[in-house]
Amino acid sequence: MTEPLLSVRDLRVEFPNRRGTLTALDGISFDIAPGEVLGMVGESGAGKSLTGAAIIGLLEPPGRIAGGEIRLKGQRIDTLSPEQMRRIRGKRIGMVFQDPLTSLNPLYTVAQQLVETIRTHMPLSEVDARKRAIALLDRVGIPAAARRIDDYPHHFSGGMRQRVVIALALCAEPELVIADEPTTALDVSVQAQIIDLIKEICAERGAAVMLITHDMGVIAETADRVAVLYAGRLAEIGPVRDVILDAAHPYTRGLMGSIPTLTQESDRLVQIPGAMPRLSSIPTGCAFNPRCPEAFDRCRTERPVPLDRPGGRQVACWLAAKESAHG
Amino acid sequence: MIAYVLRRIVQSVLVMLVVALVSFSLFRFVGDPVATMMGQEASQADREALRDRLGLNDPVIVQFAGYIARAASGDFGISYRLQQPVMELILSRLPATLELALISGTLAFVFGVGLGVYTALNRRGWLSGTIMTVSLVGVSLPTFLIGVLLIWVFAVELQWLPSFGRGETVDVGPWRTGLLTPSGRASIVLPAITLGLYQMTLIMRLVRAEMLEVLRTDYIKFARARGLSDRAVNFGHALKNTLVPVITITGLQLGSIIAFAIITETVFQWPGVGALFINSVQFVDIPVMAAYLMLIALIFVVINLVVDLLYYAVDPRLRLDRAAARH
Ligand SMILES: Nc1ncnc2c1ncn2[C@@H]1O[C@H](COP(=O)(O)OP(=O)(O)OP(=O)(O)O)[C@@H](O)[C@H]1O
Ligand code: SF4
Ligand SMILES: [Mg+2]
Repeated sequence: MTEPLLSVRDLRVEFPNRRGTLTALDGISFDIAPGEVLGMVGESGAGKSLTGAAIIGLLEPPGRIAGGEIRLKGQRIDTLSPEQMRRIRGKRIGMVFQDPLTSLNPLYTVAQQLVETIRTHMPLSEVDARKRAIALLDRVGIPAAARRIDDYPHHFSGGMRQRVVIALALCAEPELVIADEPTTALDVSVQAQIIDLIKEICAERGAAVMLITHDMGVIAETADRVAVLYAGRLAEIGPVRDVILDAAHPYTRGLMGSIPTLTQESDRLVQIPGAMPRLSSIPTGCAFNPRCPEAFDRCRTERPVPLDRPGGRQVACWLAAKESAHG
Repeated sequence: MIAYVLRRIVQSVLVMLVVALVSFSLFRFVGDPVATMMGQEASQADREALRDRLGLNDPVIVQFAGYIARAASGDFGISYRLQQPVMELILSRLPATLELALISGTLAFVFGVGLGVYTALNRRGWLSGTIMTVSLVGVSLPTFLIGVLLIWVFAVELQWLPSFGRGETVDVGPWRTGLLTPSGRASIVLPAITLGLYQMTLIMRLVRAEMLEVLRTDYIKFARARGLSDRAVNFGHALKNTLVPVITITGLQLGSIIAFAIITETVFQWPGVGALFINSVQFVDIPVMAAYLMLIALIFVVINLVVDLLYYAVDPRLRLDRAAARH
């Protein structure tokens, strides 16, 4: 196997507060290969956005990385100085946020925001940066890009703004793009186009994608592998086909019930009865045990360790451990 | 754009008409000008003759129209007390007030924005905490007390600065300035601080709150995620968005500074229009009071208008007609 582009090991993120310390991410480990699309799913509050923020070095204080390590092409990036990390943001890791209506500064034209970002990371003149910006806008599908570039963000529709955001995230040729629910805020009619655009443009530039979403359908169509998060812990990770067709973790099986079909639309993962525990009251043993239909004694006392399975899969579940031991 | 400007100008004229009505009513309801001008011993016939000559027997609406016509041409009558044209009196006192207001307004803006930005960016620092606490004192102490305290410390105890008057002045054309002589500059320091302190605290707290708000927005997060430098994010992106609402308030504060100058001018025996007004009130010198009222209103209205147009120039979202033309 080639060296992973991004490697996260035992990542632990904590929020210290007056009453103690909340552990928001606990023991998260995964790799992303160059050019690969990794989907990341989980209920609201599972820690998907936090994982992205930790990787890109933008956890909001008092949140902090309390353990583990993050490597980009083998280089440790979680211990870099703020200035060194800033040089990586935008240049080597790009980010696309959820809401394009609020992601762009309303007081600057699209050209100003693009040129500023390009020139932060590349030794280009104002004129060359502008040329590059126009080419990018053209590539992400803004019609009449050379003219529209001097417009302000409010002149664009939501879908068009997300295209601008994508151009901004990609303008310095990053090796990894973290897209945090890039279509949740958009009109249903343009969601598929935006996802396709992200996938295409990253593939053509060889950029890997970490795609955070609630939509299992999108994952099934877009991702190479998928990571399932629950209560700040990794439940299961593996190639998309395998995980979807043969989920090993009971929580993943519950999620699969939420893939929208043609007749019924659902973008929230609500099929499993009960709610995810709050960070301050995660049960001992397996975090999923109060909701798990297959929980047994060991689940309530001992936390399941992630177990490697054939085909590059990993599962953290006692039931799966028992099965593989027997089978 | 033109329609907007026209609408705002019409509104301003309406406001001025209302104020003119109030100031006109002063003549009718506060004291009797004939009695004031002729004294007790004049005969009834003489009184009637004067009433006639002053137009006081005309219908009210005709009198009001005449009042406005004269006011528009700068004729506010003769001061009862000083027996000089009111306009002349005010014009000779105005430079002193405007210089004081401008200096204290500039001080308030520069230090208000500077401290506001500093305390927002270093929210957790001990110095920010100290500044915020001290600023509370600034807001709650009455102006005259601050003036008296400053006089006591810097004029009486330390003897660094004069405690009253304008110092030496120089005539530049019709403008009598104190800013060109050392004693004039020394004299303006304490009154300017006294007058500007409250506004500075206000601006500082506003900038701080506004800036903290802006720093939480998605477009600031996205700017950081693109790897822009702290400097570019804080001062290029955040500060500009902070200043849009701050400009409005600050501009309006300039009007209040001129109006509040009354107290400061009294404390420091500053020969401006505020002091003139206070003396006029003591002598029920209606023409001066009425003219002062109109002047302050005019300043407020003009500032309001300029601020609105500035706001419009700074914030592209308000320039809707241009956007409409594009689509
Ligand atoms: N500043 C904070 N202080 C305390 N806890 C926080 C803070 N920010 C996030 N958290 C907690 O971290 C957990 C993970 O949040 P995160 O935003 O990563 O969820 P998510 O999986 O992205 O959810 P969503 O699908 O709603 O975006 C949540 O339980 C949240 O309460
Ligand atoms: S470990 Fe036990 S409770 Fe947890 S998912 Fe597996 S079977 Fe369910
Ligand atoms: Mg999220």
